Amino acid sequence: METEQKRFDSGDLPALRRILCEQGLLSRPDGSASWIQGDTSVLVGIYGPTEVKVSKEIYDKATFEVLLKPKIGLPGVYERSREQMIKKTCEAVVLGTLHPRSSITIVIQVVTDAGSLLSSCLNATCMGLVDAGLPMNSLFCGVTCALDADGNITLDPAMKQEKEARAVLTFAIDSAEKKILMSNTKGSCSVEELQQCIAASQRAADTIFQFYRDSAHRKYSKW
Amino acid sequence: MAAAAPRLAEERVGQVVLPGDVLLLPSQPEEDGERLRLAPSGPQKGRLVCGPGLRRGGEGLLVTKCGLLRYRGPAGQAGGGTGSGSGGTYWVDSQQKRYVPVKGDHVIGIVTVKAGDIFKLDVGGSEQASLSYLAFEGATKRNRPNVQVGDLIYGQFIVANKDMEPEMVCIDSSGRANGMGIIGQDGFLFKVSLGLIRKLLAPACEIIQDLGQLYPFELVLGMNGRIWVKAKTIQQTLIVANILEACEHMTAEQRKHAVARLSES
Repeated sequence: METEQKRFDSGDLPALRRILCEQGLLSRPDGSASWIQGDTSVLVGIYGPTEVKVSKEIYDKATFEVLLKPKIGLPGVYERSREQMIKKTCEAVVLGTLHPRSSITIVIQVVTDAGSLLSSCLNATCMGLVDAGLPMNSLFCGVTCALDADGNITLDPAMKQEKEARAVLTFAIDSAEKKILMSNTKGSCSVEELQQCIAASQRAADTIFQFYRDSAHRKYSKW
Repeated sequence: MAAAAPRLAEERVGQVVLPGDVLLLPSQPEEDGERLRLAPSGPQKGRLVCGPGLRRGGEGLLVTKCGLLRYRGPAGQAGGGTGSGSGGTYWVDSQQKRYVPVKGDHVIGIVTVKAGDIFKLDVGGSEQASLSYLAFEGATKRNRPNVQVGDLIYGQFIVANKDMEPEMVCIDSSGRANGMGIIGQDGFLFKVSLGLIRKLLAPACEIIQDLGQLYPFELVLGMNGRIWVKAKTIQQTLIVANILEACEHMTAEQRKHAVARLSES
């Protein structure tokens, strides 16, 4: 399905697949975004701050709830673990203390999975949070790197590249200090390779943050 | 490159800012914060107010919302970039749908519960607002206001902060209704984005002026994104509602064109 990917190379910036994003496309949620990265496509809806169940109420901060819906079937263990990762990332960035005793619900629907799904979900979530107008101390983005047998790094791998890779690493990076908020690795890699992947992801994050900025400019230019 | 380098706040007024951006403020040399001020001198000159979407942090202001940066000079005049060192207010004008109660805001609430001395109102926030039955004009213990579940109430927040249940009243400080209270039985209520409400409530709003030339109608605008309209006939009510709803995506020319076409027919 995904053959020769067209990647966008801008100078010495690392190559990522084509990114498309649309904000506020759903009418019911408070914030929504669709994120397309290569052939991977996810849709996210954000509700909040809304009323929270008493059992889930936290007296000094907002309760986060993340629901990851797979394309087919019911969410399983895999989805649950991804939900937790996205939830922890959001908790680190969103100023939940400004909305105590309320809930922020993030619903992510996978439309197509063609590799780098977790990073797409993270990017979509960030765009959704921005659209919902929730207070955040910085933006964040997700970058996936694949390490092949020779130790070459492929950023934003497609499904096929991900399957052939020796190790697949996903990082969530914040925009203020380019620090790692969350990391998820699969496969084996050396410490040096991990460091290289982090450095590459941090450079790729610049491209994504610039994309965020451009899309915000477009959104507010016609307002 | 992507994370904009910290820049002076006044240079970025009117531009799009994103969460995480840092706005620098001109340093104020004479300030010695440690010493207590003996003479209470009211709001000090040169005091900077940090509005919605901004927080104090590190070396200046930290942006927490995406939107356009706005600034108003200390004397109330919409100042350009002229010397924000002398105070004023900065805020981020953002487009969102979810309302968060703010003290002093006028909103439209829907009565959900009648529990003894208080009513519970749905205002679109994370918590229901409470409204005392005594907080109506002319209400006494004997003379209760006639409020039913499902009624619309236009009121003002007197308590609204993150730690407490929001509380509303339908009287001002002198005990007058001042336009607040129960909204009549008929009419039409609909929701728009919070940005559009702010635009409509701006002084000398063109949209309202244009619509006012069509035919007479009543309009209530709640800061929580709710609009109530009532005209002479249902058809006229719906026309006003549709135009207001469509304003979000229309340019000024498109709107003028639509209103002109209506006034012809």
